[in-house]
Amino acid sequence: MTELRRTLNLARPDDVYNAIVDAHKDLNDAECRDFDARLILLLANHIGDESVIREALQAAAR
Amino acid sequence: MSTYTYRHYPYRRPPELDGKTMRRPVVIVGAGLAGPTLALELAQHGVATIVLDEDDTVSVGSRSICQAKHSLEIWDRFGIAQRMVDKGITWEQGEVYLGDKPVYHFNLQPEPGHKFPAFVNLQQYYVEQYLYERCQAEQLIDLRFRNKVVAVAQEPDHVELEVETPDGRYALQADWLVACDGVRSPVRHMLGLPFEGEVFHDQFLIADIRLLDELPKERRFWFYPPFHPTNSVLLHRQADNVLRVDFQLGRDADAEEEKKSENIDRRLRLMFGPQARWQHEWSSVYTFTCRMMPRFVDGRTIFAGDAAHVVSPFGARGGNAAIADVDNLAWKLALVLAGRAPAALLDTYCSERRAAARENILNSTRSTDFITPKFPASRAFRDAALTLAKDFPFARALINSGRLSVPTVQPGSPLDTADRNGDWAGGPGPGQAMLDAPIDGGWLIDHLGRDFSLLIFGESAIDPGSDVTVLRFAADGLLQKRYDARPGTAYLVRPDRYIAARWRTLEPAKVGAALDRARGGCL
Repeated sequence: MTELRRTLNLARPDDVYNAIVDAHKDLNDAECRDFDARLILLLANHIGDESVIREALQAAAR
Repeated sequence: MSTYTYRHYPYRRPPELDGKTMRRPVVIVGAGLAGPTLALELAQHGVATIVLDEDDTVSVGSRSICQAKHSLEIWDRFGIAQRMVDKGITWEQGEVYLGDKPVYHFNLQPEPGHKFPAFVNLQQYYVEQYLYERCQAEQLIDLRFRNKVVAVAQEPDHVELEVETPDGRYALQADWLVACDGVRSPVRHMLGLPFEGEVFHDQFLIADIRLLDELPKERRFWFYPPFHPTNSVLLHRQADNVLRVDFQLGRDADAEEEKKSENIDRRLRLMFGPQARWQHEWSSVYTFTCRMMPRFVDGRTIFAGDAAHVVSPFGARGGNAAIADVDNLAWKLALVLAGRAPAALLDTYCSERRAAARENILNSTRSTDFITPKFPASRAFRDAALTLAKDFPFARALINSGRLSVPTVQPGSPLDTADRNGDWAGGPGPGQAMLDAPIDGGWLIDHLGRDFSLLIFGESAIDPGSDVTVLRFAADGLLQKRYDARPGTAYLVRPDRYIAARWRTLEPAKVGAALDRARGGCL
């Protein structure tokens, strides 16, 4: 069982952050929700560890 | 124009009306799927029953159509399962569509080597007919049509019933009353017992039709099909070339309008095209609830099937759970009636089957939430899974159009003897259903006893007692693999074919202790 990372895990954080934001640039609210839903499912499956996903769900709810 | 001819079963004047009153060990209320199955099971244990039903014919409408492998295995003990297989439609495959594109194909029984398929689709009226005919051939079963229970009173050691017939009312006393009288359970109402849970508001239209064209065998489920673009549609074949078409209508549909045959025809025309021809069999607009009684045993009254718990239809968990209920109950009730087990054994019927009902309700509610999302984000995730499924195989596993009924796991039952740590890498453990396998040109399930069975792999001289059926096998082949068996391995199987205990080395004292525990000796 792994814990959710709280420290930086990205080599180029600005690039990744802006890539995520930019992907939403031309989307309206409904399209953003659909896009994010697909993104979350893709990432959740890639992470694979249910305990990490549950911890992230709690962390995001703050 | 129905393909099924409803027969009216004869009413016979009960002897109680002429003063012949005696206390009965078991009275069953309701001749649906559960009641007659319980009566047949109890007859195999030598227990006589009276089955009371207010009606005199089988289920009106096809209703519960998916008969699962574990139910067929139970009905096979009475010699009627093959008749269901022969009459019904065997299917194992399903296809899920998004729009008009297939996104997910499933096979419910990917491996061969089982006597029965994962599912046989057969209308409930046929299943009930076969059950009634089998009950009528059984000396120990008194199946009474047009006998309606109108009053129930619980006494400390029995139940008093008042029963209404065309010839008047009579009183009946039962050591145990089993209510298999359906979701609206009159017995539950008469005793004022609670039935708690969640109400769902989405409406669905069932249209059973006889299509005069070629029919698909597999289950088909569409999300947003071109012929019904706002919602989902399920298509499933039954016996007699009948198709079950189930349209999701949404919350605001007008049920009275939707039921009109011209409106049903309009939907079907869009679905099947201008050339198709069909006849109507049965239709129904329904909503559903997920509810469960806090206790399935109240004094001397026991509840089973829809009377005790009810789920959405997604997953075929209504009728099949009812059959599993009475399979769990029958041997326990027989032991208690014979004085061979404490009445507390029946509390494990409640705990084990409530755990199963919780699992069924959880699965069914998840399917319902996937098919009818309750809030915008839920719909967004549902649609995300559907759109990803074509290119990303992982997302196919998220598509939930009904997780179809398999035997539930009953963990932590006080009747089970826990595995020794580290002994097992596979096979069914305590609290899990046994697995069928081919043996010597036949099937393992054909050789099990009515009481407990002990499966022994390799040589052993143990004799656990005359009422235990001992089966000895070489530790090889598919059977060995399914049971993770080595020479010396043994499994103790309950009469309802759940595993009670298993060992790597067999010792008579351990078998005796496990048997005693499984019969309620530790309660």
